[in-house]
Amino acid sequence: MVQTAADKATREVLGPTLARLAREGLDIVCVDADLGYSTSAVKFGHEFPDRFFPVGVAEQNMIGVAAGLASCGKVAFCSSFAVFAPGHCFDQLRMAVAQPRTNVKLFASHAGVVTGEDGASAEALEDLTLMLSMPTFTVLFPADAVECEQMIEVAARTDGPFYIRSMRPKIPILFDDSYRFELGKWPLMRDGKDVTLIACGELVKAALDAAETLAGQGVDARVLNASSLRPFDLEALLAAARETGAIVTAEDHFIQGGLGGLVSQALAAEQPTPVEFVGMEGYGTSGTWKQLLQHFDLTPEAIARAAGNVISRKSR
Amino acid sequence: MVQAPTATNEELQEIARSVRRNIVRMTHAAKSGHPGGSLSSVEILTALYFRIMRHDPKNPSWPDRDRFVLSKGHATPLMYSVLAEAGYIDPDDLLTFRQLGTKLQGHTIMGKPPGVEMSAGALGMGLSFSLGVALAGRLDGRDYHVFCLLSDGDSQEGQTWEAVMSAGHYKTANLTAIIDRNHIQNDGYSDYQRYDDDEAQSPDRPGGWVMEDNHTANIMNLEPFEDRWRAFGWDTKHIEGHDFDAITAALQNAREDGDQPTAIICETTKGKGVSFMENNPDFHGKAPSDEQLAQALQELGFKE
Repeated sequence: MVQTAADKATREVLGPTLARLAREGLDIVCVDADLGYSTSAVKFGHEFPDRFFPVGVAEQNMIGVAAGLASCGKVAFCSSFAVFAPGHCFDQLRMAVAQPRTNVKLFASHAGVVTGEDGASAEALEDLTLMLSMPTFTVLFPADAVECEQMIEVAARTDGPFYIRSMRPKIPILFDDSYRFELGKWPLMRDGKDVTLIACGELVKAALDAAETLAGQGVDARVLNASSLRPFDLEALLAAARETGAIVTAEDHFIQGGLGGLVSQALAAEQPTPVEFVGMEGYGTSGTWKQLLQHFDLTPEAIARAAGNVISRKSR
Repeated sequence: MVQAPTATNEELQEIARSVRRNIVRMTHAAKSGHPGGSLSSVEILTALYFRIMRHDPKNPSWPDRDRFVLSKGHATPLMYSVLAEAGYIDPDDLLTFRQLGTKLQGHTIMGKPPGVEMSAGALGMGLSFSLGVALAGRLDGRDYHVFCLLSDGDSQEGQTWEAVMSAGHYKTANLTAIIDRNHIQNDGYSDYQRYDDDEAQSPDRPGGWVMEDNHTANIMNLEPFEDRWRAFGWDTKHIEGHDFDAITAALQNAREDGDQPTAIICETTKGKGVSFMENNPDFHGKAPSDEQLAQALQELGFKE
């Protein structure tokens, strides 16, 4: 993956987007647990100091305070690293947000193995499992900064609990400014008829690269961006299963309880189809994010290989 | 009822007696539930709803209402009984408590019924939520006050102390924590006070231990409790939690004075008003039998 000047981390858009939406009149507040520079939430705090509430390194309290603010009509965002929120505060999310459906938006950054040098303890590979386990949460995972900004706006303008998963490294921009994110719709990134590569987060670009490689081998791969994990795009999934007959999922997260699990469950119930999985199966380690993607086989090559495997299973 | 009527002590006592009756009837009918920690907070909630708080049962989402947040979310027999007395709940619904199809679940659910401010049941969450409500009130220029009721067990959860630290930091004078300090929790006795056992009264023995009567002693020492709140920047009051005059004075003072949040530590008796439940850890989470219900109602001065 070649890095360009236009690359941008999904986490960089939180603060500026919240500030824009507040300027547009939304009653946004933001509760922060001492990671506001890393999540960019401080950029909202600079412009709206009265609406920015640092609570120190206290994620459980952050969620409770946000729920209280939301109960008074605020659009209550909070942000931290994904290992800490939901990691430290699952029960608070369950009881103060998910069950009563308070208008709380958790924006987590530094998800996935690409968090990098900080090592396994800092690499959230379970957060989607935790958040998807609560049925009232909308769960989103943008493929680039443009999509992330769109998701923040949709979350702010839609009542109810949201989780948005963002990441540390600067990654390529895939969408232009005309893109409009829709809940429950997986953008078709490339059409194809032989196999469907369903990816999320930074692996959407890897899936596109894999599709290019496959094209050189005479394989016509479809690529879907599963950025809306709940609501889920069952229509796009079943069309892919029907029209291409083979699926590969790719995610920087544990496969079980993540995208791979969701896709498998839906296909098992609706339209049994061969699936191969690219994703994490054990804990991460330290390294640069690009080294770690190679080390754990979260690459275009791995996706292309999985595509070959799943296509060979079609004829059985 | 925009401003709570200034009920006399005699009127409050009659309401409290009726609330106690419903607590034992509800838990008996449900064959489960938490009578002990409901009975210990009866005077606190009665004073709040009938003397202190501005609220309107006809408009439970009135933005300027004072808020009561139950952090000890197992005290639903108390919460629902008081909401029934205040006109939020049809009293006929009380005996559906905990049963399939009820509006009155075993632990509180936000807005179900209207008047319940927050979902609770896992301890430790109420004060953070209350702080958020207090901060919203300050931001919006509304002069409501937030009252949060906590238990001994609540005071052992880490999140409670995160919220205590934050509220002291933000100086939310519109927030009052009320601690129902009955010194008993699920497995036994919270700390070394209020035992009949000499050994258990000794603060010198470290840790907790299982006593011969199958309760645990000194589960977690909370003392010096008042000092701990003060250290985080809270004003504190330490009062007798069944005395309407003391409760009223402390709550009014908390609302009107100071530029800090206030913690009112209420010394109470778990199971208050029913002799065999008083200071008895068994009735933290156990319903009275038919015979026990009859005895309880008789002690409270009711035929049924």
